[in-house]
Amino acid sequence: MDDKEMKKMVLDYVKREYLEEGDDREITESTPLISGGIVDSFSMVSLKRFLEKKFSIAIPDADASPEAFDTVNSIVALVNRFIK
Amino acid sequence: MSNIGSYEQRLKDFDWSISEKELGYKKGDNINIGWYCTDRICQMGNGDKLALIHQDHLGNVRNFTYNDIRQLSNTFAAFFVKLGLKPGERICIFMDRVPELYISFMGILKTGAIAQPLFSAFGDESLFTRLDNAKTSAILTQKKHLPKVRKILATLPELRHIIVIDAGDASLKEREISFDMEKEPRVDKFDVYPSTAETPSVLHYTSGTTGQPKGAQHVHYSLIGQYLTAKWVLDLQPDDIYWCNADPGWVTGTSYGIIGPWANGITQAVLDAGFNAEHWYAFIQKHKITVWYSAPTAIRLLMKEGIDLVRKFDLSSLRHLCSVGEPLNAEAVLWSKEAFGLMFHDTFWQTETGAIMITNFPGMPIKPGSMGKPFPGITATVVDPRNFEPVNNPGTVGLIAFRPGWPSMMRSYWNNPEVYKNKFKNGWYLSGDRASIDADGYFWFVGRDDDVINTGGHLVGPFEIESALLEHPAVAESAAIGKPDPVNMEVVKAFVALKPGYQPSDDLELEIMNFIRKKLSPLAMPQEIEFVKSLPKTRSGKIMRRLLRAQEWGEPIGDISTLEND
Repeated sequence: MDDKEMKKMVLDYVKREYLEEGDDREITESTPLISGGIVDSFSMVSLKRFLEKKFSIAIPDADASPEAFDTVNSIVALVNRFIK
Repeated sequence: MSNIGSYEQRLKDFDWSISEKELGYKKGDNINIGWYCTDRICQMGNGDKLALIHQDHLGNVRNFTYNDIRQLSNTFAAFFVKLGLKPGERICIFMDRVPELYISFMGILKTGAIAQPLFSAFGDESLFTRLDNAKTSAILTQKKHLPKVRKILATLPELRHIIVIDAGDASLKEREISFDMEKEPRVDKFDVYPSTAETPSVLHYTSGTTGQPKGAQHVHYSLIGQYLTAKWVLDLQPDDIYWCNADPGWVTGTSYGIIGPWANGITQAVLDAGFNAEHWYAFIQKHKITVWYSAPTAIRLLMKEGIDLVRKFDLSSLRHLCSVGEPLNAEAVLWSKEAFGLMFHDTFWQTETGAIMITNFPGMPIKPGSMGKPFPGITATVVDPRNFEPVNNPGTVGLIAFRPGWPSMMRSYWNNPEVYKNKFKNGWYLSGDRASIDADGYFWFVGRDDDVINTGGHLVGPFEIESALLEHPAVAESAAIGKPDPVNMEVVKAFVALKPGYQPSDDLELEIMNFIRKKLSPLAMPQEIEFVKSLPKTRSGKIMRRLLRAQEWGEPIGDISTLEND
């Protein structure tokens, strides 16, 4: 899977899971998710779990910072660090 | 010089009339928080002073003077009256931290209605439970949260008005109405409701071990406590720029994120954005924040980002730091000294107490890790859980208890007088928390005395989570407990036994986590689910959460003589 596909997968998941049905906010790969209030620090845990499962990786808690999870771009960069 | 001056001296000559006199209130007078926090400040000649500096997550700043918030809260109030909303009716505020939240709160109080703020991250079920219990008449919300309200509307016949503050050209449905604060003609004069000391003001929901969340009902006289504690503990002074991190969906966000600073005529800054250490420091630097009221979870997140990041910003405006929500560990206090040159002052209080009860005062020697000492006028102790008599031996753990009668104490739980009554034993209000007192009179927090989970400074009731878990098609039975967490103190862990035909899997775990997050809130979402064959129960069939919790925390499991199949 290349970066483009990965970003699309993460973006689709974020839209599906973290936006209410009927919430028509535009989210792109560079939209701030944590600092923008779309995903809070508690919900980050389920997003992390999704990434670990989908990409068969383990992201150490120390690397799962709000900054690393702030955009789809930064999330994919983080995931790439752990894909063998 | 701090506002409180000498703590010891204040103890000697304290009377709540100090606060009454400063606010110009005499027993029997009308007292309306909405008027005191807006009109009164303008009458004192401070109408042009900034009341609110608001910054959104994109960095856009909007400023409001005291005259702005006076007029705009009048505008909200007049609109509520026009809708036919009456004094005593509950009006819910379900919004992110936008200016309309803060200003409508004042508008609601000016009409004599009861403000019911709810955390905007609540899912539809959490929202329903609280609106249904309060029989709420109207809800103020944003377009982005409207889908959640619409989902439950059919089952809330008493909810007559859904007021959307940013509807724009969105098509609204039955019962929905648009109100754009900035576009409405401003109302300069509004006849503020002549509330008296015991008139209900705010309804804040809080969780307990059993049953659904309870609404702690406060009154307008709470102002007397909130004003003086904000002045003496947060040390708010005329030139301060104050920042409270708390969301007004929780009590800190109203008592000290709205009422305390505005009753003192202070400029407060609000950042409506999620956590980001760099953005937070930039916010402090940009607005020259002087007094900062934060929370241990946030402080520990900042600690993780390191001191080098702190050094990139000019934070020299800061002069006083406080913290609330859960015990502030000694390490965090010492880190803040190194990072900011100032120690965070821990404060202890609850939704039910309405105002700060035990704290580290400005100028008082801080014992890092300690809760501090009682506010003057507050009789606090720890009592023996067997006879509810004060424990007199320093270092002995007991239940934190307060002698009832302070101004901001809740007056009831909404529609739940029995549970309210049970909070009082032997003439003491029992907080539900355990602590000890040392030989110098400092309180030291130990933990909760019940199964309520304190995660990131917010209380979450296990019953609410377990009830929601049972609504998932795969779940046969469940138990929710708090498990230790280095940042949030505790996070939710759920033990789940599956129905026949379902197998434990990572997919199912994630599905259940998201199920609870959307139904209740991100706070209530289990951060770990352990699938088990069955749960430990008493012979009468009650799930033994205590046993699961003890195993999780590595504590002695205690008496298990009532355990089924032991």
